[in-house]
Amino acid sequence: MKTHLLRLIVVGGALAVMGCNTAPAGSAAVASVKPAEKRNAAPDFELTDASGRKVKLSDYKGKVVLLNFWATWCGPCKLEIPWFADFEKRYKDQGFAVLGVSMDEDGWEAVKPYIEAKQVNYRIMIATEEVAQKYGGVEALPTTFIIDREGRIVSTHIGLVMKKDYEDEIAALLR
Amino acid sequence: MKSPLFFASLALMATPALAQQCAATVAEPVKLRVARQGLTGQHLKVSLPAGCHANSSTPSEAFLIPLRLTWNPGALEAAGTEYPKAALEKYEFSEKPISVVSGQFEIVTKFRRSATAQPGPSSLTGKLRYQACNDKMCFPPKTVEIRLPLLLE
Repeated sequence: MKTHLLRLIVVGGALAVMGCNTAPAGSAAVASVKPAEKRNAAPDFELTDASGRKVKLSDYKGKVVLLNFWATWCGPCKLEIPWFADFEKRYKDQGFAVLGVSMDEDGWEAVKPYIEAKQVNYRIMIATEEVAQKYGGVEALPTTFIIDREGRIVSTHIGLVMKKDYEDEIAALLR
Repeated sequence: MKSPLFFASLALMATPALAQQCAATVAEPVKLRVARQGLTGQHLKVSLPAGCHANSSTPSEAFLIPLRLTWNPGALEAAGTEYPKAALEKYEFSEKPISVVSGQFEIVTKFRRSATAQPGPSSLTGKLRYQACNDKMCFPPKTVEIRLPLLLE
């Protein structure tokens, strides 16, 4: 009985901290969907997209946004990109947008050929250290935030998750 | 008998290590004795945590970052580098198997003495660059500074 109690405390303690941490918490992907009253405002940022236009997150207020931190060297990110392109195409007219923020150290030199090759149909920016810090440091990729129409973070996904998980969340927010 | 609080503290203390997932451990190189002539080999011992992998020196795709060991100019010149044999592994995120290294491995550098090297103790510095992932997520590329102590005969 005592052993069982101790196990519960150890596992519970570890899970409690992992839940509070934005760092990757294990080999499994991490996700947490927050109820409306517990959602925090997504930190605003201004970055430049591949065509040189300014992108401000706050300009997307009123839309559901999938904000994806990724990199060209990230295998799981490569798998997700066609999913996001599909979401952009299907849900754009319902008030939805995908924003991709690349963490590539080599900037556009690495990113432009990649997004051209993958025919990415949504806006891509290059992260700055300041933006990454605003979103918890982004220590593992992919890291994706689903943001509601009021500009609040609904869920955070660290690591590869199922396409359906994103789809269900987006569909619920667009209703 | 340890108290439940003790075990809870252990769980809390373990969390910073979680944030360092997939960080390679590089064994400190032992002093390399270098003869006046011929080639000398140095074995750099590297290990990755269980469940992690890094791209091999010859990644499967152009966009992936290769495992790379480089040495700065000094008393020795690198005459060739032998990277560990890569494994082709299939992950949840990859359509095809990709070329990776994992677990414990060695990178062997063959050195020749540079023409201007003087006998006596010295050192050589280098950099190991790698980019690691597990089956769900990837971590930013890392560079580990290496210092190789030398004794030139």
